[in-house]
Amino acid sequence: MSNALSQLGPSEIKVNRRWCKACGICIALCPKNVLEADEKGKAVVVAPENCTRCGICETHCPDFAISVEVNRSND
Amino acid sequence: MFAQIEEYFRLEKMPHIWCPGCGHGIILGAMVRAIKELGYDQDKTVVVSGIGCSSRASGYLDFNTLHTTHGRALAFATGIKLARPELNIFVVMGDGDCTAIGGNHFIHAARRNIDLNAIIFNNNIYGMTGGQYSPTTPYDKKATTAPYGTIERSFDLVELAKASGATFVGRATAYHTKLLTQLIVQGAKNKGFSVIEAISQCPTSYGRRNKMGDPVEMIKWQKEHAVNVKAAKNMTEEQLAGKFKIGVLHQSEAPEYTAMYDEIIARAQQKVKK
Amino acid sequence: MTEVREFGRLMQGNEACAEGALAAGARFFAGYPITPSTEIAEILAEKLPQVGGKFIQMEDEIGGMAAVIGASLAGLKSLTATSGPGFSLKQENIGFAAMAEIPCVIVNVQRGGPSTGVPTAPAQGDVMQARWGTHGDHPVIALAPVSVKETYELTIKAFNFAEKFRVPVILLLDEIIGHMRERVQLPSPSEIEVIDRKKPTVGPDKYYPYQDDGTGVPPMANFGDGYRYHVTGLVHDETGFPSNKPEMVKKVLDRLHNKLAKHAHEIIMVEESNLEDAEIMIFAYGSVARSANRAIRNLREQGVKVGLFRPKTIWPFPGEQLRKHLDNVKTIVVPELNMGQLVGEVERAAAGTVSVIPLNRYDGELITPAEIVAKVREVL
Repeated sequence: MSNALSQLGPSEIKVNRRWCKACGICIALCPKNVLEADEKGKAVVVAPENCTRCGICETHCPDFAISVEVNRSND
Repeated sequence: MFAQIEEYFRLEKMPHIWCPGCGHGIILGAMVRAIKELGYDQDKTVVVSGIGCSSRASGYLDFNTLHTTHGRALAFATGIKLARPELNIFVVMGDGDCTAIGGNHFIHAARRNIDLNAIIFNNNIYGMTGGQYSPTTPYDKKATTAPYGTIERSFDLVELAKASGATFVGRATAYHTKLLTQLIVQGAKNKGFSVIEAISQCPTSYGRRNKMGDPVEMIKWQKEHAVNVKAAKNMTEEQLAGKFKIGVLHQSEAPEYTAMYDEIIARAQQKVKK
Repeated sequence: MTEVREFGRLMQGNEACAEGALAAGARFFAGYPITPSTEIAEILAEKLPQVGGKFIQMEDEIGGMAAVIGASLAGLKSLTATSGPGFSLKQENIGFAAMAEIPCVIVNVQRGGPSTGVPTAPAQGDVMQARWGTHGDHPVIALAPVSVKETYELTIKAFNFAEKFRVPVILLLDEIIGHMRERVQLPSPSEIEVIDRKKPTVGPDKYYPYQDDGTGVPPMANFGDGYRYHVTGLVHDETGFPSNKPEMVKKVLDRLHNKLAKHAHEIIMVEESNLEDAEIMIFAYGSVARSANRAIRNLREQGVKVGLFRPKTIWPFPGEQLRKHLDNVKTIVVPELNMGQLVGEVERAAAGTVSVIPLNRYDGELITPAEIVAKVREVL
């Protein structure tokens, strides 16, 4: 799995802070603890290198406020 | 990846009105991903909704959208579908909207097996009006209109849909988003009345009043209490106690209403020619 | 519709309503059985598919009204038919059609009320309900035919008004008009003016579904035609999205009402006969006007100066048209098959300048010419 990651290049996790309502679901469900809550409870990316692009954060965000953009270096 | 479904949203209407941690946004995401997977033409896609929290979903979506009166979404949608059968129609309803005031239209739309996709955002409460109990609020749960706990048994939407004649019935939860998307895709492909019950969480009203914790705990509750129908086959009664099944829970064959009506038109026009 | 011209055709009122709907281009009916309107559903169940139209019997009148709105939104001219109890059930969705400006026709073949009432008896007890049945200030047009032939004509008018002004139009029959049969000479299709809803002239990207183009009536795109837009019962701005800003709410409601106010002369149709020299006016509508006509003939033969003011359009109320006669008319007799409903509007229009005399019958029988003659003699 890991070599596949490197080929894909770093994933870019974007958080739309205006839409995020700090419910904490993405932080709790992320299997690799990539995210943490800031002082307002909103999601912040703290360990992007751990991201496996599983997309659980994005598909479980009630606010459409987090997305995992995959920069396909070889596309 | 949101970029992949962004085109289906009226972005200028976002952010949406749902409370922090409400499951409706998650379910809406699963639904839009299903529509993306189905590759439907946006001009030929209709979303009809009733009244209530979940029914505000139609406003955020860039399709032909109709926000109807409480409980009547399926009846409005029946008119659209019969008038233009080529349109793909998703009917978004809450549990109260669909099975309380809308119950009569729900069982008859299922009986007719008209090709509509009913997606029920089931959070076991009337959220928009501040937390009253609904036909799916479990027994002995608290709500603003059940301060001493509900004394009514709740509907099993899947059994209700099956008994009424729906030809595809599935259940998933806000936690099981992949399954939910697959069920919506499968339901849409079913030429007949398809019902998808999506268990959702309402932290503000239902969760708070029934001490179910914050949104994270509520969505984890869904994970721990849902059992895939395949797995359930080899589980004992005790293991299934307090759990609910998810996945494809019913499929059957029956002629689809608008297809049958096209035959009526052919017959009627034949008769007139003679 | 078979082309029979020379001898005419023996036709029932409800049948004329169904035929009129087809002639107007109606291609969708959703309804529910209820005496005394069921024949309309039965005839359309047979005839609509013959012309490629659609019929559905819904689970209740609420569903019927909802399906009619859905079908109209999808582009089909749509109607439903019912009587008192069903008319009551449809009110919320009629309000939706008024707010979302969805053209549709609701036929109410009135029967004895209230409640289950006298199902096979004629009555005019739903007249105020036709105006105020659904909640809130809302525009509505209501027409009332007096004969089988006029039922045919006013059904077509109802569709034309609905399409032209994007408003629900109510057709008020009663059990007599609905069930009686008359020989009628129907116009050939080429003679009938059929109006369709105004389509957008701009592309989807410039289309505002509820923008006033100056006529007060926004052009209407049908669902599925490539104009993806939002329709809601919430008060909405020209984009179709909810708005509760006070100035927007007022602006929308004013526009909804001005649609009819601005075109009142076209919408309000009245039959005025023998009124030029009349001292007494009989204000009668629907089946009661038939008795009024006979009474007027008898009274005129006896030298009484009496004439008929018969509104074909009940709502908007023809107050202005009525007032024109108040120079020579001193007394207005208002026979109605109810305990007095439209008489209140007549009083309002007359504003005390003439005396307004109600004549009410609500026992399930039609007011007879003799009763009208007697009342006129009483007030001479």
